[in-house]
Amino acid sequence: MIRFKINGSAVEHDGDGDEPLLWVIRQRVGLKGTKYGCGAGLCGACTVHVDGRAKRSCMLPVSQLDGRAVTTIEGLSANGDHPVQRAWLEIDVPQCGYCQAGQIMTAADLLERIPNPSDDDIDRLQTNICRCGTYWRIRKAIHRAADLIGQEDDR
Amino acid sequence: MTGPMISRREFLQASATAAGGLMIGFPLLEARANGATQLDFCIRIEPDDRIVIACPNPDMGQGVRTSLPMLVAEELEVDWDRVSVEQMPLAIKKNPDGDGYTWKHVPQGAGGSTSITGHWDRLRQTGAAARQMLIEAAAGSWNVAPESCVAGAGAVHHTESGRSVRYGQIAARAAKLSPPQDPVLKSREDYRIIGTPRRTIDAAEIVTGTAVYGIDAEIPGMAHAVIARCPWFDGKVVKVDERAARAVPGVIDIVRLDGPEPGQPYTILAAGVAVVADSTWAAIKGREALEIEWDKGPWQHETTATLEKQMRDALDGSGQIVRDDGDFPAAMGAAAMRHTARYHSPYLSHAPLEPGNCIAHVAGDRCRVIGPMQMPSGASRGINAALGIDRLNIEVEITRLGGGFGRRLTTDYAVEAALISKAAGRAIQLQWTREDDMQHDFFRPTGLHELSAGFDAGGNLIAWTHRLASASKYYRRPNLPETDYWKSELYADDFPAQLTPNLRLEYFSLKSGAPRGSWRAPAHTANAFAVQSFIDEIAHARGEDPLAFQLRLLGDSREIDYSNHGGPKWNPGRLAGVLNLAATKGNWGKPVGAGRGRGIAGHFTFGGYAAFVVEVEAVSTQDFSVTSIVGAIDCGLAVNPNHVIAQMEGGALDGLSTALRLAINVDGGRVAQGNFDSYRLARIGDTPRHMEMHIVDSPYPPCGVGEPPIPPLAPALTNALFAATGTRIRRLPILS
Repeated sequence: MIRFKINGSAVEHDGDGDEPLLWVIRQRVGLKGTKYGCGAGLCGACTVHVDGRAKRSCMLPVSQLDGRAVTTIEGLSANGDHPVQRAWLEIDVPQCGYCQAGQIMTAADLLERIPNPSDDDIDRLQTNICRCGTYWRIRKAIHRAADLIGQEDDR
Repeated sequence: MTGPMISRREFLQASATAAGGLMIGFPLLEARANGATQLDFCIRIEPDDRIVIACPNPDMGQGVRTSLPMLVAEELEVDWDRVSVEQMPLAIKKNPDGDGYTWKHVPQGAGGSTSITGHWDRLRQTGAAARQMLIEAAAGSWNVAPESCVAGAGAVHHTESGRSVRYGQIAARAAKLSPPQDPVLKSREDYRIIGTPRRTIDAAEIVTGTAVYGIDAEIPGMAHAVIARCPWFDGKVVKVDERAARAVPGVIDIVRLDGPEPGQPYTILAAGVAVVADSTWAAIKGREALEIEWDKGPWQHETTATLEKQMRDALDGSGQIVRDDGDFPAAMGAAAMRHTARYHSPYLSHAPLEPGNCIAHVAGDRCRVIGPMQMPSGASRGINAALGIDRLNIEVEITRLGGGFGRRLTTDYAVEAALISKAAGRAIQLQWTREDDMQHDFFRPTGLHELSAGFDAGGNLIAWTHRLASASKYYRRPNLPETDYWKSELYADDFPAQLTPNLRLEYFSLKSGAPRGSWRAPAHTANAFAVQSFIDEIAHARGEDPLAFQLRLLGDSREIDYSNHGGPKWNPGRLAGVLNLAATKGNWGKPVGAGRGRGIAGHFTFGGYAAFVVEVEAVSTQDFSVTSIVGAIDCGLAVNPNHVIAQMEGGALDGLSTALRLAINVDGGRVAQGNFDSYRLARIGDTPRHMEMHIVDSPYPPCGVGEPPIPPLAPALTNALFAATGTRIRRLPILS
């Protein structure tokens, strides 16, 4: 039995320990915001936070999750108002939107690590694929989110 | 299925909503007679002032769930922030005038950048009709003339007496009126919603992970399926050992799927074996445990190298002449200066980030499918052809789409799901893996283009030919002779046809086992690369500025014939307009600095005109960065300028991604690539540090913008690389 938490709620998994966290989140827990894009850790559509760090859940066997805490896009903020989400709305980043949950989870972790990232930092760390090519707005939105976080910290 | 004109008699109808509001839309009575549960409305106004507008077309990122309701809301006179949008499922009916089926309400596909142009009149008329009914109802309640009332911000006002009533309060009364069949439309200068930048209406759901894509849909009791498809083009299943697969925990059933006959029309692409399980992961594990012996089929010796040799050999001979203006051979023979070049474009995969998937539930003579439908009517037609179910008994529900790019024009994934559901006797959700998607795509055709130009002693272009050897995407159309295959690959009226006197277009139809289909802005992507590169090439060869040379060819604003996407006319002056605007904003002609270069290119398609100036910093054509992309588009009236800009940005980056690294190769009759490690889409690091997009303030009616931005990006980039390095890129992708 593997026991861990998703968005604060306890999860128990007694099935195949090789099953990727992605499919456990989507089909056993029923949270559909985390997306399947490649199954090979290449696109980042499946990005979640494990113990606060961005991880690509499509390659992460659920057996490695015992005792850990997972946050999905549904748990990133209580009201969809994490600074990254607010910046994404303000800049109107999404086109098809399929990659955006993963982009947002990656960006939230990036800003935890580097509160004021340069374009080079973003190029290096925000490596999720957006097939629609919303990268120009993603870059703008990350900078905007950094500003929003800075304003919150000043208060 | 093409969109018929709906007769006036059946255009608009109204009724009350369950809560006592106003519902207006398309023939409602007929829907009730069929017992349909479909959302047969266009506008719903509830007593609590909720305004719900139906979006008939799929949204795959092009933003029609925002822009189409904007057309309705404008005429309805409501505040945009009070509007919510619901997706209309597929609605078809038997054709009253003959065989087959037709749209019950409006065309519902997404392709060819047609959603806006196709609905521009109808949706505005619907909004205007509802507004007139609400005014009439309010006027009636006040015993005043409707002409003395005005609508605004979701209410009717009687100016003289100062009385007002909210739409929700008067909706029940309005529902008893007959809709005007010839409603008066607002004039363009009075628009408050159309033409103003609006954000994606579903953005809040998207950023919180609650927007429902095909992969997220569920119906009670559904199982999950994946398919092991034959990796070889037109191969077959010889033998299957299912035992180990059936022993995988969670596996429920194994289903054989027969593929189509080679070269014949298809409803599904490949032969295969489906595994049905209680979860997608169990189905994948079950698939891994299948032991399948494949017949490698008729194409097993095909490789990218054999295809390229076939193309070169073809161009060394003579092909089918599909346009022949003036006397090309004589003009070329008499030319004082001649130039010839060949350009190569590879097969491309669509690779929408949401891989194919579909829920299907076949029960008796009925079928329900739910999925990322770009062509819901195609799904209905395919399921009818493959399973024999009456099309009126096939329910098709459209979710949000995680990208399309043309992949989902073909509805093989929906037909597969229905076949599996029928065989397994239960509802299933079929999931394609990324490898399935990349190896079983309908690829953008590969081709080798040869262009030649001849100039007279005065420097005038007097002879032009474009010779193309390619594997046509029309190769499997029913009843289409091979002599028509060129029509999907060379567009006879494309620039510079009609702008130069002696012009010849020649086509060579190649054989290939790789499935082909439409890829965003189909053949325009390859043709604009070849033509706009060649324009740059011959301008440089003549020592003339490439922009000045092209502007001279285009000439003044006037309409000339155009028989393909976006016709029946096009205006070379509008193309000149976007080239000029991009050039001005992109510093064309100004000093650029050592190791840098700028390139320019433009193209007309689907009614839109787009141009880019690209700037690069280059050590070589294999070691460079794109520093700036400046674009201009003339799409007529920009319904939602925010999304027009978004399509320009995304189109530019899709074009960049494709030009840099993307190619599908064939190796031994199967696709060599399988995932994003071998099909390397651009990432944020490829995005230039400067981008700006400009919209021409245009008096023309609107056109769609999903496709026009793509074609000119690749040649603008390769022209910039030539300017920076002196090396001409004649083969895509650029990076080896």
